[in-house]
Amino acid sequence: MEVKKKLRVKNELGLHARSAAMIVDLAKKHNAKLYFKKGDQVIEGDSILSLLTLACPKGTELEVKAVGEDAQDLMDKLTALFERGFGELS
Amino acid sequence: MSVGKRIELKGIPVSPGIVIGKAHLVDRSKIKVPLRKIDKKDVPYEIERFKKAVEIAKKQLSELKNKLPDRLKEHAFILDSHMMILNDSMLYDATINRIKEKEINAEWALKESFEEIKNLFSQIEDAYISERINDVENVVQRILRNLMGHTENEISEIGEKSIIVAQDLSPADTASLDTKKVMGFITDGGGSTSHTAILARALKLPAVMGLCHATKQIEDGNILIVDGDTGKIIVNPDDEDILYYTEKKDQRERLRSSVLKEANKPAITLDGYRIRVMANTEFLNEVYALKELGAEGIGLYRTEFQYLSHSGIPTEEELFEDYKKAAEIMSPDPVIIRTLDIGGDKFKGEFAKINETNPALGLRAIRFCLKNIDIFRSQLKAILMASAYGNVKIMLPLISSVDEVLETKKIIEDIKKELDKKKISYNPKTEIGIILEVPSSVMIADLLAWFADFFSIGTNDLIQYTLAIDRTNKEVAYLYDPFHPSIIRMIREVIRIGQEHKIPVSICGEMAGDPLCVPLLIALGMRQLSMNSRAIPFIKKLIRSISVKELKKDIEKIFKLSTSEEIRSYMLARMKELFPEIDIIGDYFYMQEQRQ
Repeated sequence: MEVKKKLRVKNELGLHARSAAMIVDLAKKHNAKLYFKKGDQVIEGDSILSLLTLACPKGTELEVKAVGEDAQDLMDKLTALFERGFGELS
Repeated sequence: MSVGKRIELKGIPVSPGIVIGKAHLVDRSKIKVPLRKIDKKDVPYEIERFKKAVEIAKKQLSELKNKLPDRLKEHAFILDSHMMILNDSMLYDATINRIKEKEINAEWALKESFEEIKNLFSQIEDAYISERINDVENVVQRILRNLMGHTENEISEIGEKSIIVAQDLSPADTASLDTKKVMGFITDGGGSTSHTAILARALKLPAVMGLCHATKQIEDGNILIVDGDTGKIIVNPDDEDILYYTEKKDQRERLRSSVLKEANKPAITLDGYRIRVMANTEFLNEVYALKELGAEGIGLYRTEFQYLSHSGIPTEEELFEDYKKAAEIMSPDPVIIRTLDIGGDKFKGEFAKINETNPALGLRAIRFCLKNIDIFRSQLKAILMASAYGNVKIMLPLISSVDEVLETKKIIEDIKKELDKKKISYNPKTEIGIILEVPSSVMIADLLAWFADFFSIGTNDLIQYTLAIDRTNKEVAYLYDPFHPSIIRMIREVIRIGQEHKIPVSICGEMAGDPLCVPLLIALGMRQLSMNSRAIPFIKKLIRSISVKELKKDIEKIFKLSTSEEIRSYMLARMKELFPEIDIIGDYFYMQEQRQ
């Protein structure tokens, strides 16, 4: 199963240590593989350093792909994280 | 005691407070890494050595995490992220590959991997993200120490109470500081957005970073004054310095403790006006803490969380349970529940298909709810059912016309009939209020007043819509300004209409917790404020030291000023006269740990 979605970084600080760690944590709890695409750069969602070096400040739009049996669940939870601004929105 | 020359240093203040004590120098210099060619047959051994060093590092960090004092628990993610870095393919796999391909020692291979990562980080424009390279470096240094058999020289092993002076402290170092002995710390490197700074604030340890050469200018045992408010360090202070800072320190501490002690007393101005100070919140588990901070109700209960955290739309029962609990805890004080304030783009499935070029002006909040009556109905029903358990009020967001209010009221009447029929109890007099956050609603506040039990001014959106500024757009964000003359005129008008129609007016945007805005709002006649809970004790204290009669004279002058900047400077100067503490203690409540 493959799920694709566009997600926007909404929290003030962008994808920084806490938010990236939350994504990696989520990715590691799922069997599905997670990919992020920004411009022509594609990285895997289970590497905190790749997420950080992708450099996604607030407002960045990312194309996200999850591939695997629990891809939908992974994408739903990931969407909630992004929507919630990783719990940082005031 | 060593008596040396008095020196003043200036760094970046990262954690407030003043300490006077002895310097304790800690060696945290970076490890010199040797390059060694190795034999092909030794490659597996070298890889094993690297893996082991990482394994040990992981154990060290996880032990540290388990021992983390309670007040640092919410920052445990910093250590988690360090553990993730340890095994990240860019560091871990890359180093192993280097050892294999280049037949070099693990230390050098690791160093090269780090340099490559560092290079990538240096290309990141966002300073906040690129600064995270420091965390990677901390992790690398830890692995190197393990590889080279350097025992960690534990900072916790200091004999007497002292101030730590170091080139750098890693977050892990900071988390393991013994706060009984360590009075504060200063470092050559780092800045206020580093994880070390965040931990210092959580530990309430005064700290100054970015001093460049402090470790070279300060000797072990020197007496130091560290002012975490301003970033000033005095090495070998004279008697006068010590007297001045001891006094400043006492003043601060007295004030801070009195502010917190009086948090639960009402906020009454010098001339007897009672102001209700409430909290904005969205999480049920936060509600208990609100009372301790002196909140007299929840002036804005955001409800989006449950819709976003579930994989689907929450059930009526789930919503009811949440609202009921909040109402019970706060009773008899009010819990003002804002109905769903998001657009369809936040939901999965059918709604997600809606594609809007400008969501801020799109189908969201009340508009979305009125188009999706089932979702709206179930939330309104849950709120009504909860009204039987406390002082619950309904508040409607993004109202721009009377029709929206009438339509909502019809739905509510309908639900009441259903509840009557089913003999489910609720408060039939549950108040329905309107958030004024769209300029049109302010213009027709006199018309809306006929259909509302109360108004709440949502200044964040009102400012955005009135000034036509997208706050999230870096190019124009600087134009966002609560002191814009148009905004204070709108607020004045809404308060006047509220008084005329005898309906209460409150304010629930960030302005309500801003120490320069609050006196202005109160002078205009605002008697209810709802703000970020952390600001409550300080704002209450501020209210107790102002007089409405006095401030009314200022209002006349302020309405003659024509720019935001003039108004802001006027208020700042005036507040320094009326409430000099604004300088001393403000940062304690406002220096928030947002930057992580």
